[in-house]
Amino acid sequence: MTLTALTIAQARAKLQAREISAMELTEAYISAIEKAKTLNAYVAETPEQARAMAKVSDVKLAKGEGGALEGIPLGIKDLFATKGVHTQACSHILDGFKPGYESTVTQNLWDAGAVMLGKLNMDEFAMGSSNETSYYGGVTNPWRRHNSNKSLVPGGSSGGSATAVSAHICAAATATDTGGSIRQPAAFTGTVGIKPTYGRVSRWGTVAFASSLDQAGPITRDVRDAAIMLKAMASVDLKDTTSIDLPVPDYEKAIGKSIKGLRIGIPKEYRAEGLAPEINALWERGAQMLKEQGAEIVEISLPHTKYALPAYYIVAPAEASSNLARYDGVRYGLRIPGDDLIDTYEKTRAAGFGREVQRRVMVGTYVLSAGYYDAYYVKAQKVRTLIKRDFDEAWSKVDVVLTPATPSAAFAPGEITDPVQMYLNDIFTVTVNMAGLPGIAVPSGLSSEGLPLGLQLIGKPFDEETLFQTAAVIEQAAGTFTAKNWWA
Amino acid sequence: MSVDEKTVRRVARLARIKVADSELPRLAGELNVILNFVEQLNEVNVDNVMPLTSVVEVDMRLRADVVTDGGYAKAVTQSAAASEDDFFMVPKVVE
Repeated sequence: MTLTALTIAQARAKLQAREISAMELTEAYISAIEKAKTLNAYVAETPEQARAMAKVSDVKLAKGEGGALEGIPLGIKDLFATKGVHTQACSHILDGFKPGYESTVTQNLWDAGAVMLGKLNMDEFAMGSSNETSYYGGVTNPWRRHNSNKSLVPGGSSGGSATAVSAHICAAATATDTGGSIRQPAAFTGTVGIKPTYGRVSRWGTVAFASSLDQAGPITRDVRDAAIMLKAMASVDLKDTTSIDLPVPDYEKAIGKSIKGLRIGIPKEYRAEGLAPEINALWERGAQMLKEQGAEIVEISLPHTKYALPAYYIVAPAEASSNLARYDGVRYGLRIPGDDLIDTYEKTRAAGFGREVQRRVMVGTYVLSAGYYDAYYVKAQKVRTLIKRDFDEAWSKVDVVLTPATPSAAFAPGEITDPVQMYLNDIFTVTVNMAGLPGIAVPSGLSSEGLPLGLQLIGKPFDEETLFQTAAVIEQAAGTFTAKNWWA
Repeated sequence: MSVDEKTVRRVARLARIKVADSELPRLAGELNVILNFVEQLNEVNVDNVMPLTSVVEVDMRLRADVVTDGGYAKAVTQSAAASEDDFFMVPKVVE
């Protein structure tokens, strides 16, 4: 039996039955990570910390104690502050930053007994859809096209998280999603990724990109594991005023529940011009899978869909330019000495931020600058109200919305160089962030070239349970997808 | 709307990012591609629409205005490029 092939639910059963120890499981992952260096999924490994945590877990498990994730080895996106451990958002500007505090999400996971394997690669400050903007280099997708050994990107920004889960070099991973950064890489790697409702998971201690859009969630091998992980990550946190004071349900209970009579919305606007026939076919198959289990398919309209992406490219850079103002060469990481203080700021930020980050900070600075604020930022926030209103109206007709997760399967590094072309990767996911809704990407089939493709389910605010319930039905029909191991 | 090199220089200055003159044409081009993309929003009628300020309708949580945490000057300054006696060190700002 390969220990690293176990899902969280399977490993949990074996750990609790003492068929395996947390130390054995952790050692299996440490050795799998060693053999998977070529994927470049980890930017910092913490094997000693992992062993120490596993040891504690084994003591608890032996006494029949322990939390919901006792002894489960996880990978952590480099965006989450981990006390005393590399936390750099994969940016040069945070060189050497080891925070003196722990993010709420990771603290919740450690409190539940999870084991930290290390920090995962990502696009710099979560800005990207291919993991190519990381200061630590790109991440390789474990999946390849049929009869090809060409490398493909895992998507982004949570590319390291998606690759690590898909390649079985962690049991599950934390990730974050501002415009699609959990769901797009999950779709590209045959894994499950959920972005919960804004406010469900605390943002405290997570490096901020666009504060009104950022939300953390897990990437996992199957739907049940996503339910287990989200339950552990979510909490009400007094340190984050946007965290919502609602109890966290036991999401696992939603799995296996019948979807008979559930109304599934198919938004006609997503059938945009140029939707690849293969993606359209996948979408229709997904609707069929749900119909066969008793769901009702309802065509709906979300008329402002096409404006979500342009509005996002005002709101997100604006908030980023403000959030990233703190990286000034004084308080953290890199400093390039200049003639005076301003010169030090400018040289540090020019050297420390990569091209995509500089571009977005400058767009954000421009749209917030005197005379342009109303025309850009306020206008975009008004469009956001209209996007949210579209969904509010849809919820009177349907319980959940089904769409493709991405417009294509994974592509090759360097294949997309035009920034706007890259942004279009998020065309199906970004509306969900703009409206603050929960969305899950679930693998639903393979492309003609043998690459995973995903579907997205969008839910009402704080109705993650219906997403797990419905995603589990798709998973049951479509199966799960594991990449062939060519790297070890 | 499109930006010229002069505007890019001003924005770079506001953003505190050093940009060489030779980089200005490239940056202006890239910013204009993005700004042209977002121009689509001009098609949308937003009369009498309130800007979205919160995606979930909730009252802001309040708490007593008292110190609940803090006192870790050392932990805060340890991440700095240069610090001394729990202060951040910067180039001289006052002559």
